Amino acid sequence: MTALPTPSKVKLGLVIDLDTCVGCHACATSCKEWNAGGIAGPLTDENPYGKDPSGVWFNRVHSYEIAPTPACASQGSIAAEAAQPAMTLHFPRSCLHCETPACVTVCPTGASYKRAEDGIVLVDEDKCIGCKLCSWACPYGAREYSPVEGVMKKCTLCVDRIYNENLDESERQPACVQACPTKARHFGDLGDPESKVSKLVAERGGVALMPELGYNPVNRYLPPRPRRHGTGADESVAQGTVTTAASPLHWLGRLLKR
Amino acid sequence: MHPALSVILFTTLSGAGYGLLVWLGVSVALLNLRGQVLPALTGVQLAALALGLVLSTAGLLLSLGHLGKPLRSWRAFSQWRTSWLSREAVMAIATVLPALLVGALLWRGMPGPTATPLLAIAGIMLALFALATVACTAMIYASLKPIPAWRHPLVVPVYLLFALLTGLALLFALMLLMLGDQGPETMLLTLAVVACLLVALKWLYWYETDRDGLPGSRATAIGLPGREATVFERPHTEANYVTREMAFQVARTHARWLRIGASALVVGGPLLGYLLLAAGSPALALAAAAALMLAGAFVERWLFFAQARHVVTLYY
Repeated sequence: MTALPTPSKVKLGLVIDLDTCVGCHACATSCKEWNAGGIAGPLTDENPYGKDPSGVWFNRVHSYEIAPTPACASQGSIAAEAAQPAMTLHFPRSCLHCETPACVTVCPTGASYKRAEDGIVLVDEDKCIGCKLCSWACPYGAREYSPVEGVMKKCTLCVDRIYNENLDESERQPACVQACPTKARHFGDLGDPESKVSKLVAERGGVALMPELGYNPVNRYLPPRPRRHGTGADESVAQGTVTTAASPLHWLGRLLKR
Repeated sequence: MHPALSVILFTTLSGAGYGLLVWLGVSVALLNLRGQVLPALTGVQLAALALGLVLSTAGLLLSLGHLGKPLRSWRAFSQWRTSWLSREAVMAIATVLPALLVGALLWRGMPGPTATPLLAIAGIMLALFALATVACTAMIYASLKPIPAWRHPLVVPVYLLFALLTGLALLFALMLLMLGDQGPETMLLTLAVVACLLVALKWLYWYETDRDGLPGSRATAIGLPGREATVFERPHTEANYVTREMAFQVARTHARWLRIGASALVVGGPLLGYLLLAAGSPALALAAAAALMLAGAFVERWLFFAQARHVVTLYY
């Protein structure tokens, strides 16, 4: 059924720390490895060693250059307190397991569904007709169609790992979370305010992506911690107030200060 | 959005087919409500019914080409509670029922006094169901929040008008072909007026969607409102499904010429009809007008897809 279930108490999801993500793509590759053989498999690659390789991935890691901001540029953002330097931001993009996912309600066959018990959004690949409408309905680009199987594929939140009693308990978490070398990915119940992930979100001011579209994503992203105030020249560089940079005396002054 | 040929052909062809069925249903209903059973019209009514059904079915079959698993398409009838695509499928099949009823009653030749109200009711149902099918098609697009250009309030009216206009042109062509001289000037004038209205609405749509752009920014897309982000490195070196399907781009100058071309075809249809009328062949004139308008609808539909920007492009 593509009608959404009554919201579950349990809202399993990911919390992704943009401060510590180093953009190594380990989440993407470990996800691909597990899910190629899991319930969402195969994740077929076309022409993998050829000129235009193409294939289904559930994680895509973008890298952005974030422009510096002067102090108090805007309220409510990380730039509220201090001037922020330019930075590189690595941004892993995957399914956010929305609370009101349009990708589910637009599905004409009932192949897309949201689990009533834990809120995971899944595709029943035996029912999918490959009309691709769900991928159009997702603003986050989370769903990828596989032309080889003719069905839509998406992140399963490793539903075949997190409840898998054949795995050691420490391994019962999504492959991407387990693979992350900087512990930038956290998995847990975001419906429970006392859970570790909920506390992390509260402490770090975790945000939902494009909440204005009204999909109510469950996953949260932790913005980079504000960079510390620099001292002396560093701060003025960040604020763009250096006027004497061309003068050799300025460099002499800096050397003598040490 | 990637303009898939199967979907464009489907929406234009079956649009024209359903438009034709709407006009047929309306005319059958009006004639029978007034008690005017004109046996001379039965032939053209049956022809219109057949053409309408052939076009709409051909369109539906073409749309199966868009599916990864066409053999499972029967499943698409199940989720009409939430999905406009499913509603469209249900309505498309539902339209066939009154269409076959109208056909059967007409086929029996002169309907007796009892058949006349039934024919009127079947005609009304045919018109309503056909109209609803086109509206469902338009709502598939109009309900997608990540594609703001498709949320525009003119999307549904323009889909309906295109269906009605091309359907009417086909009906006129059939009437001239089978009934002889029925006043082709008035027909062409009617088509020209509707075509001008439609093109005017379309340019209003283009003006507003060009101006509005995407909601939000890359900053809100990555959860850092207030910061300015530029792409440093893409997540993949080659195109993937998301970029191929959702990040289709058409050059601005290209698009302008295609817009002018689509408008010229739609308005030029009736004009060409007038010219051919002077050459003395009314049926050919209307057929040419219908063909040109269908071609215009095809170009317009291509642009409808190609120029619609998806929110996911903010990430790229």
